[in-house]
Amino acid sequence: MPELSEIVEVLLLQNYNTRLVVLSTTLLGIAAGLVGSFLLLRKRSLMGDALSHATLPGVAIAFAVMVALGGTGKSLPGLLLGATLSGIAGVATMLVIRHTTRLRDDVAMGFVLSVFFGVGVASLRMVQSMPGASAAGLESFIYGKTASMVHADFLIIAVVATLASLTCLIFLKEFLILCFDDGFAASQGWPTLFLDILLLTLVTAVTVIGLQSVGLILVIAFLITPPTAARFWTQRLVPMLFIAALIGGVSGWLGASLSALTPQLPAGAVIVIVAAVLFLISMLFAPVRGVIPRWVRQRRLRRKVDRQHLLRAAYEILEVEAGEGPVVNEPFPLTALLAKRSWSPLQLRRILRIARREDHLETAAPGLIRLSESGFGEASRATRNHRLWETYLIQYADIAPSHVDRDADMVEHILGAKLVRQLETYLSDHDLALPVPPSPHPLEPSARA
Amino acid sequence: MNWTGFDTWIVVIGALCAAACALPGCFLVLRKMSMMGDAISHAVLPGLAIAFLITGTRASVTMFIGAAIAGVLTALFTQWITRFGNVDRGAAMGIVFTTLFAIGLLLIRQAADHVDLDPGCVLYGAIELTPLDTISLGGFAIPRAALVNGIVLLLNLGIIGLLYKELKLSSFDPDLADTLGYSSQFLHYLLMTMVAVTTVAAFESVGSIIVIAMLIVPPATALLLTHDLFRMLLISVAAAILAAVTGHIGALIVPGWFGFESTTTSGMIALASGLIFTVAWLFGPYEGIITKWRREGAIVPEPEPITNNTTT
Repeated sequence: MPELSEIVEVLLLQNYNTRLVVLSTTLLGIAAGLVGSFLLLRKRSLMGDALSHATLPGVAIAFAVMVALGGTGKSLPGLLLGATLSGIAGVATMLVIRHTTRLRDDVAMGFVLSVFFGVGVASLRMVQSMPGASAAGLESFIYGKTASMVHADFLIIAVVATLASLTCLIFLKEFLILCFDDGFAASQGWPTLFLDILLLTLVTAVTVIGLQSVGLILVIAFLITPPTAARFWTQRLVPMLFIAALIGGVSGWLGASLSALTPQLPAGAVIVIVAAVLFLISMLFAPVRGVIPRWVRQRRLRRKVDRQHLLRAAYEILEVEAGEGPVVNEPFPLTALLAKRSWSPLQLRRILRIARREDHLETAAPGLIRLSESGFGEASRATRNHRLWETYLIQYADIAPSHVDRDADMVEHILGAKLVRQLETYLSDHDLALPVPPSPHPLEPSARA
Repeated sequence: MNWTGFDTWIVVIGALCAAACALPGCFLVLRKMSMMGDAISHAVLPGLAIAFLITGTRASVTMFIGAAIAGVLTALFTQWITRFGNVDRGAAMGIVFTTLFAIGLLLIRQAADHVDLDPGCVLYGAIELTPLDTISLGGFAIPRAALVNGIVLLLNLGIIGLLYKELKLSSFDPDLADTLGYSSQFLHYLLMTMVAVTTVAAFESVGSIIVIAMLIVPPATALLLTHDLFRMLLISVAAAILAAVTGHIGALIVPGWFGFESTTTSGMIALASGLIFTVAWLFGPYEGIITKWRREGAIVPEPEPITNNTTT
């Protein structure tokens, strides 16, 4: 285990050896988070995957050309240039397929990925047999290792990542409109094709520098995972961009630091796993769109709907029993309740148990139930909302009284206090502002079953 | 060119594998999941690593099972993240396979001292070497890869033949399939298992490049040429076989043009399939670029509207 002081030293970038690595993965994470957000919104997340495979022919050809010109063939700028050009060719192929056929993005990406990668492997094998040059390790040379990063590499990454991030921010509005409605953008006179190409150029830049410094898988993950995680935290684009950049940066920083502290762990893999953990946390717990908060919200709504159904059913039973007289709170049989809606006995028992816990019900005798004081009040309020809404629908939405029950049933649970007041004002002309207005349609006899 | 019995076997194996991949590939393309092959090719790594760590051998059966389980898990996790997290399927796939690959790398690194398990060898099986590894079947020496890919092809043919109607229905309209009582969920997982098994069987014998290319490119070619699922399956199998044959011939001839000695057959098969796609793209009878261009030039009545039952 590393000492505490060592951990602090690495995390705070005080160690020279790890500083470059940690800084560059952090910058790369930020840039990829920003660029990847636009890719995610355009449903092209796997673009990084396709692109990174599409760089391979360029590497082989650049190598062959440099050897033919008399060099060793392993000059980094030359190889990066080849990779970029071939990545751009891949993107162009994708766009052309997308615009001239009815094949969709995923097919275009898959096509470019597999064919370019195949060509790359074939040409790599060819150039490996070139006389006068050793191409051994060419692949690992381009799909490099984080740990062996030198100052020049760091400069390239820092400059490109910063430029890509800045471009994203400068073209924020344009990219935003492109992502949400490219048809609208085109009709408003925006150069959508140019914007699309600019965006894909940014992706290419981030992918190529990422490939060289941190490896294939990390780049793909960097472009996808932080934006997808950020999507769970917000419904708005600008906050999402910043959260994505933050998650990308944090996973780059934390992952590279962890890997620096335990030398046998490759940085790329650790960063991917850190990002995946952040994604998992976001997916499960993010308050806006996370799985668990959403489930809790849905459960709460379902319970509310169940409770209101139960109370209204009870109130209507009492109403029928009271006939013309005032509705009074009396015990009534369970079977009447069961006949009221399409509840299964099991469901009803569960709903009753919850209602009892909330003190809306009390058991009078076996088979008989009785509303409590608060339950009766709540029941008349639920019934009143339902009736108000029904009357409103009949008056203003022209719905037949015989059909209105179902329509009202679907909406009444989300009627807020403000809306209820509005309904009251609308309906006050109609002499209906009673505590609970009478039902506009005949109530089904409770003993139907 | 010096054609030997070896080359015949390579072409046969390539064609078997290409056809086996093209069949489920058609459904992947229709379901907007073309990248699944690539995702699985990366995601099998932890399966291989765990199978190795548990059994301690590189026996192909255990490795195959480990990889197939990892492949099915990739599909399963992708589906969960898509459904419960409400995430775009491509993004979900990307997250799953990068994470699984990273876990695989860590596992391998942990065991690196006594393991000869190179991540590279997972991705690059060599089709050129397959004829060397033969098994005896009824007195004939048959390359193991031919047998494996042949069995996979028959399995895929059998499943698609039996469930053609159901797969078609659930690919185009999963909700209708559900209301008619065919569980689209079940069919999805069945298809994913098929893809995983096909991919893994083919990787292990011929390498990942052929597989990834054959899952996508021949079906995409067929989609440009027809609007009918049955014809799409036929055309994609034909395109796949053609790519395998021309690819290997190309691997023998093409390097000579540039003064090189040799190249890989799998890369050239991918390239050949790309060229076949390009021909269909340019000269396809309905939607080929040049066909359309010439039709616009000539004064001819519009062709009969095509029954458009492949677009969803």
